[in-house]
Amino acid sequence: MVKSELIARIVSKFQQLPEKDIELGINQILEHMSETLEKNGRIEIRGFGSFSLHYRPSRNAHNPRTGEKVVTIHKYAPHFKPGKQTRERINQSRAKNIPIIQDSREEEQAP
Amino acid sequence: MALTKAELAENLFKVLGINKREAKDLVEIFFEEVRSLLEQGHQIRLSGFGNFNLRDKRERPGRNPKTGKDVPITARRVVTFRAGQKLKARVEKYAESTTSATNIVGAS
Repeated sequence: MVKSELIARIVSKFQQLPEKDIELGINQILEHMSETLEKNGRIEIRGFGSFSLHYRPSRNAHNPRTGEKVVTIHKYAPHFKPGKQTRERINQSRAKNIPIIQDSREEEQAP
Repeated sequence: MALTKAELAENLFKVLGINKREAKDLVEIFFEEVRSLLEQGHQIRLSGFGNFNLRDKRERPGRNPKTGKDVPITARRVVTFRAGQKLKARVEKYAESTTSATNIVGAS
């Protein structure tokens, strides 16, 4: 399920707002969340979960093609920790034998 | 202070001029919809932000860290988040700003 499909579902359920505002609103929510993470801020959505950056220290590695040794630069990676309600509800869907729906669309690829 | 639903709603009110009541409802319905879709077995891709994936885990051996007793970790379904390229790139700029100008070879 991609963002446009998610927005379409919300549009059909939330008649108080015009479609355009819902689309802009959801994009703004995601932008606000991205801005927070890029400043190393934390996001806490009660019951849903929290987002924060995890520090990845520099480490010794090597270029798999040339075998050349390199030291990777330390970095920060976005991390999501599901909240209790999210964890429980998702786990219950497994108990109810609800299958995981495989999306035929390609995943976002690393460059 | 962490970003919360209240601040996300306040930001929608300020940036888009959506009234406060509707802004609050939209933030609420957004997270609830993501969660309920995951609950129905849908994986969710939010382009520019990231993907929420589902994974079924088999039972595996574990241990109660307090008592040291062997306790199996039951089979379960979990959600994982993978940040998208755009978000990763934005976050990496933060790491760059915290790096002193030492001579490190960057590998991606």
